Amino acid sequence: MRNIWTIAKREYDNYFNSPLAYVVAFVILLILGFIFAAIMLFSSQQAMFGGPAPDTEQLTWWFSFLLMIAVPILTMRLISDEARMGTLELMLTAPVRDLELVVGKWLGAFLYVFTLATATLIYPVIMDNFITPGLDWRAVFAAYIGLILFSSTLIALGVGISAMFTNQFAAFFITFGLFIFLAFFVGIPANILDKGGDVFDYLSFGTHFFNSMNRGTINLGDIVYFLSLTALGLFTGSTAIEIRRWR
Amino acid sequence: MIKVSGLTKDYGARRAIHNLSFDAQQGEIVGFLGPNGAGKTTTMRILTGYMPPTDGEAIVAGYDVVEESLEVRKRVGYLPETVPLYTDMVVFDYLKFMGDLRKIPNVDDRVDEVLDMVGLSDRANGYIGNLSKGMKQRVGLAQALLHRPEVLILDEPTIGLDPGQVVEVRQLIRDIGKERTVLLSTHLLNEAQNICDRVLIINQGKIVAEDTTENLQARLIGAERVILRVRGDGDDLAKTIKAVKGVQGVETKEDGAVEFEFASGKDVRPEVARQVINAGYDLLELHPLGMSLEEIFLELTGSDSKKK
Repeated sequence: MRNIWTIAKREYDNYFNSPLAYVVAFVILLILGFIFAAIMLFSSQQAMFGGPAPDTEQLTWWFSFLLMIAVPILTMRLISDEARMGTLELMLTAPVRDLELVVGKWLGAFLYVFTLATATLIYPVIMDNFITPGLDWRAVFAAYIGLILFSSTLIALGVGISAMFTNQFAAFFITFGLFIFLAFFVGIPANILDKGGDVFDYLSFGTHFFNSMNRGTINLGDIVYFLSLTALGLFTGSTAIEIRRWR
Repeated sequence: MIKVSGLTKDYGARRAIHNLSFDAQQGEIVGFLGPNGAGKTTTMRILTGYMPPTDGEAIVAGYDVVEESLEVRKRVGYLPETVPLYTDMVVFDYLKFMGDLRKIPNVDDRVDEVLDMVGLSDRANGYIGNLSKGMKQRVGLAQALLHRPEVLILDEPTIGLDPGQVVEVRQLIRDIGKERTVLLSTHLLNEAQNICDRVLIINQGKIVAEDTTENLQARLIGAERVILRVRGDGDDLAKTIKAVKGVQGVETKEDGAVEFEFASGKDVRPEVARQVINAGYDLLELHPLGMSLEEIFLELTGSDSKKK
């Protein structure tokens, strides 16, 4: 366990030593800021005609969408670059289990995204001040729990894919492609098939996040889905390293 | 401390090492000599738990490298050939990180101590990426020494160092080798001669010779070869030398120098020198030609590309 923390801490510090993390955080917060301003402007105009008070659903939707682009950037080099630089040899000859290495990398990236997510809480707080009787904080809370689980899954899959490649750009494109597929395409057969479409629907991010937790509901099925995919990503990473050893 | 038997490693269809067996005791420095691609790095990677062998067994510090890989890794210090380092880290932080992974108590003090050992204390707060090749090499060595490993495995430890540093690092390895087991690979025969108690010569994945450096040289050379140089052209120099009893294999070089051999133990050099001077030449140089590693290889591997 201590090894996981040692590795995670190095990765976390490493993000803040490189311009990449600042660029990613800046771009995400900037875009969310624009969207937030647009929501507030639109709602205030609508309010004059008796429109509904704004909520944070769109904001968290956009945040999770941006994470699908940001996470592959953050995870692509985590293991692939160590393989390219040769430093993986250091890690694999240190008394560290392959899974500890993968989980450590995952945790480092996860803590970075967690930090970023905490920063975005500023928007609900501001919004809450402008509306009466205030935000439905339970829904916001559910959406953020969902966001945390969602990013945990994205990062685990990203780290897993990074372990399979020595070229970080290959890792980026495969990871990004997988996210887009799971978010927007895997559910398509569910609309076409008469029978068995449920399986495809179940696999989709949409079913468990965009149309579920992001709308303020927490249910065990969604949590299990995200935790399973997280475990799958981490296990894939560990297996990919094991395969590297045998090659 | 290291016991290897029947070790074999295949990369796909290519056999990198074949049925390798050797051992190394505590307090012994064993040199691994061989040309590129001989299987030195592969063997070291197996011993450090980086990759499993295809066949055979290796026990390091009392543990099996496959079955008890983590226990082996705890007890081995390893300097890989390419000296991989996190170039975006500060030297001290990097060593502290590696020390934390090895759960060293009072890691800060130990890092200072090791930095002092490799002579890098003044660069502790510099970025690894800004260090020279020799300094990076020493950071790698510091990392390998950090946890006072029972077994030290060093892949080309002095490559890229300047002559002064080479002397220091060799002394450091000698000191460590008094109590621990050291396995190091090198291309340089004089390095092996200098620090190793015993040498394993490996070629095409097989051990072709195993002995002390002195024995190895003596066994291979049999005859001693000498080069002799005089001022100006020595037209009849070769003839003069040939006339001395016990001289064999006389050969005139392009630059006018003459090489010859004599059987070990029957030193003809004084007599040759006398004859050359009596013949009116100004003798400038007379010294033995050591057998180079390359020549020992060719000899051992039975290659017929050797001249003569």
